[in-house]
Amino acid sequence: MLSRVADSLYWMSRYLERAEHTARVINVQLSLILEHGAGSDELYWARVLRSLAIQLSGEEQDQATLAQSLIRETTHRASIVSCVMAARENARQVREQISSEMWAQLNRLFHSVRQARDQGEGIDPREFLQSVKDGAHLFQGITDSTMTHGEGWQFIQAGRHSERAVALSSLVGSYFRELPQTGVGEPEYLEWIGLLRSCTAFEAYCKAYTADLRPGRIAEFLVLHPTFPHSIRFSAASLEAAVKAIGAEAASRAASRVERIAGRLHATLSFSHIDEIMAGGLDSYLDTVLRQCSQVHNALYQTYIAYPIELALGA
Amino acid sequence: MTGVSTRPALPVPFHEYQLDAAYDEMVDSNGSVRPHYERLYQGILNLEANELRHRQHMAELSFLHQGITFTVYGLEEGTERIFPNDPLPRILTHSEWSRIERGLAQRITALNFFLKDIYFEGRILADGVVPRDMVYTCKHFRRQMRAFSVRKDVYVSIAGTDLIRMPSGEFVVLEDNVRVPSGVSYMLVSRDAAKRIFPRTFRECGVEPIEHYPHALLSTLRTLAPQGCAEPAIALLTPGVYNSAYFEHAFLARQMGIELVEGRDLVVHDNFVYMRTTAGLRRVDVIYRRIDDDFVDPLAFRRDSALGAPGLFNAYRAGNVSLANALGTGVADDKAIYAYVPAIIRYYLKEDPILNNVETFQMSDSTERKHVLGNLEKYVVKAVGESGGYGMLIGPHSTALERQEFRRRVEADPRNYIAQPTILLSRAPCSIDGTVQPRHVDLRPYILYGDKITIVPGGLTRVALRKGSLVVNSSQGGGSKDTWVLHHD
Repeated sequence: MLSRVADSLYWMSRYLERAEHTARVINVQLSLILEHGAGSDELYWARVLRSLAIQLSGEEQDQATLAQSLIRETTHRASIVSCVMAARENARQVREQISSEMWAQLNRLFHSVRQARDQGEGIDPREFLQSVKDGAHLFQGITDSTMTHGEGWQFIQAGRHSERAVALSSLVGSYFRELPQTGVGEPEYLEWIGLLRSCTAFEAYCKAYTADLRPGRIAEFLVLHPTFPHSIRFSAASLEAAVKAIGAEAASRAASRVERIAGRLHATLSFSHIDEIMAGGLDSYLDTVLRQCSQVHNALYQTYIAYPIELALGA
Repeated sequence: MTGVSTRPALPVPFHEYQLDAAYDEMVDSNGSVRPHYERLYQGILNLEANELRHRQHMAELSFLHQGITFTVYGLEEGTERIFPNDPLPRILTHSEWSRIERGLAQRITALNFFLKDIYFEGRILADGVVPRDMVYTCKHFRRQMRAFSVRKDVYVSIAGTDLIRMPSGEFVVLEDNVRVPSGVSYMLVSRDAAKRIFPRTFRECGVEPIEHYPHALLSTLRTLAPQGCAEPAIALLTPGVYNSAYFEHAFLARQMGIELVEGRDLVVHDNFVYMRTTAGLRRVDVIYRRIDDDFVDPLAFRRDSALGAPGLFNAYRAGNVSLANALGTGVADDKAIYAYVPAIIRYYLKEDPILNNVETFQMSDSTERKHVLGNLEKYVVKAVGESGGYGMLIGPHSTALERQEFRRRVEADPRNYIAQPTILLSRAPCSIDGTVQPRHVDLRPYILYGDKITIVPGGLTRVALRKGSLVVNSSQGGGSKDTWVLHHD
């Protein structure tokens, strides 16, 4: 497969995952905000921005307006509309590589978010966010059932799971930095539910631990759960599987390096215990995870996409 | 026009169907429907009111979702547009088509002989059939191609020739496109749409298939494989996603199962061309290039081009990679050389041309220039090296200011312009706001020239959807429709 094609598939998938994640986080926040007293909006939106790792540049408006603009404006590169457009632009570069069904679905999603952008205030934001989530899920389902699960598909998986691992680490990190972890009182209860919902994890958590919310358990669930699809460990495992499959398909000599790095990320998460993590500080642990994620990304690029020609000619 | 008003009007939805001096594809001069259009005509009459509009809407939606779009240059916002498709097919009889087919085969054969000749001995120039300076001043002449044997002497592998139908009913050639002709994907998707819109009529009419085009193109490209290369790796070289024909590039690559590459995917090393893949570098043997000569290789041609691959031309000259079409073919579709094509056919093939040309005036000839500039409002003036409807003046539809501007341009650079009388293109029925009205059309068949000549029956019928307009280019508000060649007359 062409390196450029792998690059586009990877980013198509990352951007779509980002759009979906942002839609989910903002959607949860919009419902939480109904519970808060008036005047506290600014505070909560600031957390949303931090949890999405979006920085406020000096000249931008207040936090609430910026957060709102993430829904349907294209002024910010991290906005949902921008992400969907970027995903579609990447898909357009490789449209002969993906199935027609995938392209048609991504195109539908693109036209619907563009329409929402043009309508501006006229649309119901929560309905819109729901449609973005549905559109992204539909795309994933179509991808899984219409595209050969070969190298290209694996790059799509790699993109999705590295994005998810990074997004979850930022999200979990920001909540744990800002909320008291001693006990869960009434004011925080809703916040913790918000975190779980932002990871589609509330119901799954309740099944595992009942509705008794405890920060340590929440961290364990979101960071270390082996089979819940929105846990960091699950993403790391899927990322490693994709990287291994790519190595097998491409039969590249340099594959072992990226496999080693992805394997280490997965192992870090598989063999950690939550008590040790909390004792050593969740923040610094998540920093390590983020660093390893970016190492996997770089190694993937150096091995398959941006390798030096001299190396490939095997001079 | 006498007689028009006395004729009884056709029934709904044909009630606005009016004839004029142009040849009408569906209705003869007595006002009766031509036999080969009868089934379609009945089929439309039998549709419920609004059914046509509904089916057209469904087809448009499917075009949008498939992303069947083209890019318009020079527009900031919304540069990507749906390709307008008219749902009513244009129908040709078997015998009409077979004459066109023979004419096109004859023409492409002669043009390939011509290209080989001018890049080697230049017999046709020495014999004075085509003026030497006409060839050497052509901006698409590539001196780098002199005395270089292209694979199997095939210069033009893929051609798209524009035909128009005169008021007399005769098909004539308006222009040859032998550099990088586009539009074939619209031919294929229009067929898809037409089959969905008129399944019954399609079946009853007995229409020649065109679906084998991608396969025929692949076979043609295969024949160009460098010597000793049995299983060539073939790639389609595109300028990228911002090119107006990107949809088509991706479409053809997918249909043929070949790699779609951009210049940045290619690496030339020791006169071999490679593409960067996740498994390292892989050899490329044949390139179907959809970028112009000038941009193929910044070392050999335009230095500022980032679209091609540095060193590609040397690899080509070394015989390690074949390009389709060959470089330098633009001489053969220069609009000034066009006037000599009938002579070129007679010279190499010793046959009379089967398809005639449109009368053409050379602006480099002072008598012809004087005549045309004195009567600009009657002529169509075209820049010789342009395509896509750019750089063109349509006299009868022009303003005095535009004519003045063109007069100045022609006088400044006469070799760069030709003029042709304004020709009333034939008209075919189109679906316009729920009614059926005639609009002007042309026809672009696609010719493949390799070990044998393949022409899929029909081609792309382009239609000027604006009432009265004679410009069919998609960049200028034109659309396409499916073309049906019938098994029988």
